[in-house]
Amino acid sequence: MIVAQAKPIEEILEMIDKYDKILLVGCKGCVAVCAAGGEKEVQFLASAIRTARKTQGREIEIREVTLERQCDPEYVEQIRGFAGDYQAILSIACGVGVQFMAEHYREIPALPGLNTSFMGGALEQGVWSERCQGCGNCVLHLTGGICPITRCSKSLLNGPCGGSSNGKCEVDPEVDCGWQLIIERLKALGEFESRFMEIVPIKDWSTSRDGGPRKIVREDMRQ
Amino acid sequence: MKTESRLEKVLEKGEFAVTSECGPPRGADPDLIRKKGELLKGVVDAVNVTDCQTSVVRMSSLSCCLILKEMGFDPIVQMVTRDRNRIAIQSDILGAAALGINNILCLSGDHQRFGDHPQAKNVYDIDSIQLIMTVKQMRDEGKFLSGEELTKVPRLFIGAAANPFADPFEIRALRLAKKVAAGAQFIQTQCIYNLKRFEEWMHRVVDMGLHEKVCILAGVTPMKSVGMARYMKNMVPGMDVPDEIIERLKGVPKEKQGEEGIKICIETIQRLREMEGVRGVHIMAIEWEEKVREIAEGAGLLPRPRI
Ligand code: SF4
Ligand code: SF4
Repeated sequence: MIVAQAKPIEEILEMIDKYDKILLVGCKGCVAVCAAGGEKEVQFLASAIRTARKTQGREIEIREVTLERQCDPEYVEQIRGFAGDYQAILSIACGVGVQFMAEHYREIPALPGLNTSFMGGALEQGVWSERCQGCGNCVLHLTGGICPITRCSKSLLNGPCGGSSNGKCEVDPEVDCGWQLIIERLKALGEFESRFMEIVPIKDWSTSRDGGPRKIVREDMRQ
Repeated sequence: MKTESRLEKVLEKGEFAVTSECGPPRGADPDLIRKKGELLKGVVDAVNVTDCQTSVVRMSSLSCCLILKEMGFDPIVQMVTRDRNRIAIQSDILGAAALGINNILCLSGDHQRFGDHPQAKNVYDIDSIQLIMTVKQMRDEGKFLSGEELTKVPRLFIGAAANPFADPFEIRALRLAKKVAAGAQFIQTQCIYNLKRFEEWMHRVVDMGLHEKVCILAGVTPMKSVGMARYMKNMVPGMDVPDEIIERLKGVPKEKQGEEGIKICIETIQRLREMEGVRGVHIMAIEWEEKVREIAEGAGLLPRPRI
């Protein structure tokens, strides 16, 4: 899923400073799962803003809505009837949701309430970790199911650098060395001998963000 | 392909090679690099110039190489893949060759997290092994990575680094084998303090016959003080400083620790020289270039052969 984190309340207050009537929109997708932008977080943020504004002596009207998904026109359109009544849309979906709001409601500013961070998953309650950078040409079948692009700080494709120490990455003693993980997993799979010595050729990054904004068109699904 | 590299020729003759390194200045003054060069005259067969080592911005390696070249050195341009994509890398390879640089050391580079610009975006379009392949392809096939022909090939002696002390230990010789297969002709290792572990790595290297395919130059760095030894042990990832080194430095008065560090370094070189497969030594006296001559002298490495 897409993992995101709330922006500091001070930053949000500054963003909405000139408004006194806003629409706060959450999303029941990824950001609800990672407890950053779901229904609960909408309520929580709305009350935090109201309290802060009250202390400033400037009341604010907030309408709270949480959509099924903000990355889907069908749901984004559900606020069509009343969006125009507000001065701004504060979205606590991922960056995609905020942009879909901006694209659909062109006259109203769409503001981000979250910092969208990465594609990852939950390791345990309250801990999320990055797993994929969407390179557009997956190599997980060659690397024991562990992504070298994401989990090696230097995205090395041919084995660990000289900074790998006790299973940790040179960048941060809290971060596992991705290559140590890959090697262990390849060994467990009995694939180490055959895979590790093969020189992985230079990667074609054109399928990644480097090739420009990406788009997938599925002719079979188009109407 | 043979190059004009003095280092290659020294190794070819079967001499025990000596290289050292110069860290470029944090400013635009060419005299600072010339001063460092002066200290190494007649002491080394080739001199490395680091490429924004530890991710701290310094004068470019290639520019310093040219300054040292003008002083009569055979410089080794270090190139990291952290800051350059394949377009910039190939362009710099051509530029280095055109300026008469004969050697290149292919590295992935330290991550920018610990440098002076941790906010920087890194590149890592290719890794160090792929950089070796890139130089080799340009030189031996006369082709860019795109497959297109280039007009005049860059004749570079290709080097790479190896860290026998990083983890996982058991793959370190294999990783060297990969670098050799990619086209590395000489290797400069991480600083060696743990001779036992280095020997173990070297055994594996010799068992695999790699020492016959690549010239291994063993890296050494003299300790200036017990403080430096502790710092290297605890703060530098992939550095192996055994307690006995720290104890030995602790055993002498503070003002004598530098001297003791030099002694340890000389003894290390003498031990390395005896090891099968070690073809030379790479003396990295970090901001202590004035001691390289003393170390080389003490280890009986002077005068350097005339080529
Ligand atoms: S190889 Fe690419 S697609 Fe596969 S997990 Fe890594 S970044 Fe994602
Ligand atoms: S220590 Fe491991 S994860 Fe970190 S950059 Fe080096 S190889 Fe990659």
